[in-house]
Amino acid sequence: MAEPRPVLEMTGIVKEFPGVRALSDVDFRLFPGEIHALMGENGAGKSTLIKVLTGVYSLDGGTVTLDGEAVRITSPLEAQQAGISTVYQEVNLCPNLSVAENIFIGREPTRMGRIQWKQLRRQAAELVDRLGLDIDVTAPLSSYPLAVQQLVAIVRSLGTGDGTGDGAGGGKGPGTKVLILDEPTSSLDRDEVLQLFALMRRLKEEGVAILFVSHFLDQIYEVCDRMTVLRNGTLVGEHLVRDLDQVGLVQLMLGKAMGQLDELHEHQLHSDAGETLLVADGLGRTGGIAPFDMEIRKGEVIGLAGLLGSGRTELARLLFGADQPDTGKVSIGGKPVSMSAPNDAIDAGVAFCSENRKSEGLVPDLTVRENIILALQAARGWTRPIPVAQRDELVAKYIEALDIRPANPEARVGQLSGGNQQKVLLARWLITRPKLLILDEPTRGIDIGAKAEIQKLVVSLSEDGMSVLYIAAELEEVLRLSHTIGVLRDRRLVAQIANGPEITTSRILETIASGEHQ
Amino acid sequence: MTTSSTTSSRWRALTHHHLFWPVAVLVLLLLVNVPFTPDFFSIKMADGHLYGSLVSIVLFGSPLILVAVGMTLVIATGGIDLSVGAVVAITGALACSYISDRSDQGALSGVLLAMGLGLLAAVVCGLWNGFLVARMGIQPIIATLIIMVAGRGVAQLITDGQIITINSEPYKLIGGGYWLTLPFSIFVVAVVVAVTVVLTRRTALGLLVEAVGGNAEASRLVGIRSRRIKIMVYAFCALCAGIAGLMISSNTSAADGNNAGLWIELDAILAVVIGGISLLGGRFSVGGTVVGALVIQTLTTTIYTIGVPTQTNLVFKAAVVIVVCLLQSPKFRAKVFGARFGAGSGAKVSGKTAAAPADPAAASEATPKMEVS
Amino acid sequence: MSATTQSPTASDSRTPSTASRLLGDRRLPVAVTALLFLLMYGVGLSRYQNYGFGEPQVFLNLFIDNGYLLVAAAGVTFVILSGGIDLSVGSMIGFTTMFTAWLVERQGLPLLLVIPMALGVGALGGFLMGYVIHNFEIQPFIVTLAGLFLFRGLCLVISKESISIGDSSVSSMAQAQVSLGMGFLSIGAIVSLVVLAVAFYVLHYTRFGRRVYAIGGNEQSAMLMGLPQGGTKIAVYTVSGFCSALAGLLFTLYIQSGDPLHATGMELDAIAAVVIGGTLLTGGSGYVLGTLFGVLVLGLIKSIIQFEGTLSSWWTKIATGVLLCAFILVQRFMTTRKKT
Repeated sequence: MAEPRPVLEMTGIVKEFPGVRALSDVDFRLFPGEIHALMGENGAGKSTLIKVLTGVYSLDGGTVTLDGEAVRITSPLEAQQAGISTVYQEVNLCPNLSVAENIFIGREPTRMGRIQWKQLRRQAAELVDRLGLDIDVTAPLSSYPLAVQQLVAIVRSLGTGDGTGDGAGGGKGPGTKVLILDEPTSSLDRDEVLQLFALMRRLKEEGVAILFVSHFLDQIYEVCDRMTVLRNGTLVGEHLVRDLDQVGLVQLMLGKAMGQLDELHEHQLHSDAGETLLVADGLGRTGGIAPFDMEIRKGEVIGLAGLLGSGRTELARLLFGADQPDTGKVSIGGKPVSMSAPNDAIDAGVAFCSENRKSEGLVPDLTVRENIILALQAARGWTRPIPVAQRDELVAKYIEALDIRPANPEARVGQLSGGNQQKVLLARWLITRPKLLILDEPTRGIDIGAKAEIQKLVVSLSEDGMSVLYIAAELEEVLRLSHTIGVLRDRRLVAQIANGPEITTSRILETIASGEHQ
Repeated sequence: MTTSSTTSSRWRALTHHHLFWPVAVLVLLLLVNVPFTPDFFSIKMADGHLYGSLVSIVLFGSPLILVAVGMTLVIATGGIDLSVGAVVAITGALACSYISDRSDQGALSGVLLAMGLGLLAAVVCGLWNGFLVARMGIQPIIATLIIMVAGRGVAQLITDGQIITINSEPYKLIGGGYWLTLPFSIFVVAVVVAVTVVLTRRTALGLLVEAVGGNAEASRLVGIRSRRIKIMVYAFCALCAGIAGLMISSNTSAADGNNAGLWIELDAILAVVIGGISLLGGRFSVGGTVVGALVIQTLTTTIYTIGVPTQTNLVFKAAVVIVVCLLQSPKFRAKVFGARFGAGSGAKVSGKTAAAPADPAAASEATPKMEVS
Repeated sequence: MSATTQSPTASDSRTPSTASRLLGDRRLPVAVTALLFLLMYGVGLSRYQNYGFGEPQVFLNLFIDNGYLLVAAAGVTFVILSGGIDLSVGSMIGFTTMFTAWLVERQGLPLLLVIPMALGVGALGGFLMGYVIHNFEIQPFIVTLAGLFLFRGLCLVISKESISIGDSSVSSMAQAQVSLGMGFLSIGAIVSLVVLAVAFYVLHYTRFGRRVYAIGGNEQSAMLMGLPQGGTKIAVYTVSGFCSALAGLLFTLYIQSGDPLHATGMELDAIAAVVIGGTLLTGGSGYVLGTLFGVLVLGLIKSIIQFEGTLSSWWTKIATGVLLCAFILVQRFMTTRKKT
């Protein structure tokens, strides 16, 4: 690769927050026409670096040059004007406005200050068409699923700066020079990811520099040219993707050798001798998941495999009463349970850790202790508080057992890292001694060390006789842990496969693809 | 005074206590009175009753404290109750019109029945609010707007647009009587505050309320019956407003459907905010609210004693609202005191977002940076 | 203009479409309110025909008697669409009546000079509130509550007594009638309709208007999309302050006096009108045209109660409350339907 001048160069970047140095002396450069991965565990400083670059955070030290000129970006608006566009993991669009408006808001075509609606809609439709997307631009954004909203966000970021909505515009005018994609794929299914990658490659040919963040290593190797690895707020190295294999990358990210996860491969699945715990009979919900039958035995780990949006979460939520089923019935321990609200499931011994830790799990303002005892207290009702001594003992025990850091029950849970927050949620439910623990993507967005710990915990819980319903995006994870694998496709439970030596990820993938198990 | 603590770490711990700013404002306001009324803090005994500015501040502030205490719980669940003023009017109107229809207005049974009737109406209003908020899922500000608008009409309907005056000794006791040398209403307030504290902190109610206010969906998924809690809290708030309504009408021996409890909802919300509680819900402190209500009442009293024309009361109140809110705003403190507090102000920003009314944007903006630490 | 899907005319919503799409249409609440207005008007016609309810002037009087409310509610619509709230409206109106009456009567300033001053003060008040809300991140509810206290207090500082206006230019302006053939409108009514039209244009055909919707939809997103969300917020409160002051001027014209207690609680009427007009109090969804129907419905309730004769004035409050309740429940029902 003939190294041209970098379009973006960040040198000696420092960013401090009270009590923590999030970035210290980090260098980062980005060349035109490349897809550059920014790698690192949670807390490595990826998000901080991006937020510094886009002006969300102010800089505490270091310089940024764009096209050879030193720039000082102090707001997202300035970043956009300078040609740096960002698409975040969460869709940052306005659901109440139409797709077309979301693409163009802030730079609508106007004549004498009057918005030209027809022109706006036509341009939006053209833009969407050109990218091969099938979206009605006049419909409100909220009428589309999250994945489509994500694509709209990318479409929007492309149109930035050139006013006519004519795409990235081949470098003429202040079009997008740098496109930052911050975990855009975490809510996309495979087809959508491919669509996105096609788009990324096309933009790369047009000379746009793309900064790509993703937790999926395969995606990095599929689409990226170069990567920068961060660890604990410092630069570890910059490498061409073809020069560094996956093992090497993980070692760089972790700062230690592999092996933690390998132990689990040797885990022997014990025999399915447990008695039946839960029976779901024709359970279903319109728009959620088609009616399904399922049986969960005591001590059994059931893994759910399927693409995002295949109904994994929906199935779990039905079993917990988080959504109300329209059809079917559930019995737990032989007794029918109405499942009209989470309380019914909780009373019957079901626990559920949502995939959305922040919005559906934690109460960020409350302390670690209060968050841990919440489920138990809710079950006891407000009139019967847990005695102080018993409460403190329980909390201390679980903080130690799960190695929650900081080990301070008074710490506000919102200040903990993702992995520790996940452990707080686990502690919350373990304290209630559930019969069935539902874990919806418990390892998403947390670092590899915490991932391994949580997976080991699942194994030991199962050995102690607790049933676990385990959902994970990575098939290997499901395969490694489960006695039985439930495969979902298009919001149907298409197969339930007993795990064994002959079951491989490719067979599961075949089942997902074909919708039937041979 | 509080300045006796000398070491800077203790000083910092003190200034970071959630009651520091409310109490500081209260003490400051009280001290302002001294140059104008040298015997401001003295309490005299006359006719077996205690008199003094401090006593009258608590006495006149009683209805507001009651309403504000109820409001605290509602706000802690992430709600707001705009209807309390109307509930005050309805309760007073109902109780007084019932008593005025009696041949013997002084009969204890009749008075008790009247009070029961008034409080029942209040609780019904509260249940209705709770029903709309918890069952129908309507935003609290809108749900309670209904009774705020219609309630005064109902109160006027009950009194037929008149001001009903009554002459009932037992009824007079609640708002204007004395017991054990102190105004009876102080005891009522003390009991309500004590009951509230016991109810929230000796049971798990406080924790569950804070959980519901802190994250409603998480609370649902953790099995908290948040509907019940919300309905209970709105009913409790209305009950407090009802007691305040009885007190106000008892104090004047009259029910005025139009003016009783006018703007008390705003004063109550203000008291809660001065008490350092976020309008977004979550953490709450009954003590903070009581101090907040006392600040508002002291302000009114101060304006009287320092001889400023009383019509400027509202302007002063506006000034206090602005000052208190600015002091609580992390952004304001960072901008104004940023240099003086140095690095400490940053920590305060993240630590105090719970206690200060910050908008959701600030809260969510703060979250990602938390993950770094 | 009316061909675009953005123009929220009632007739548009009736264009044939699937039932679910119709239910999800953001314009439906406006249509419902318009329908309610027609229904109430029809009931009024049938009941009080013999008392002259059918006169076109009765209809036009709705605009004459509620012009100031329409202007105030239009300003509040901006604020509510942006996801905020303005409680200072009533106080601002009261203050403007006092300020105007005081300057004209006590200081002898010409009305033409006083009008821009009053408008300037209103806009400045709104600007300051917006500035505090944005820069110090304090909730609009609390800041405008301070505004409510401040402006009502300033009324009382000007004078505790009512000041009646005897100035000839005011009374001639107040009595001026614009004939429409079948009846007439006052200057206040005309101004209010102009304000409505301008508000509609601004909200739907300027970038500022769309930013208001965007911020109401998701403020955090709006910021990350690079929209100047701070400036927009401040501008929204400035617009509301300006509209309140203008409403105060119209109210002064209408009532020809300044009184420290004028328009007490008017913010509730304005907010009620906006909500009845189908705007969501959470922001981001609604139309200023709906606000017009909201104001008309409230005005019609007053007219009907007057025509009824035997009903006392407090029934207005009760009826407003009941209507508010019905609309809130209907809105709630519709938004739940949309989700499924």
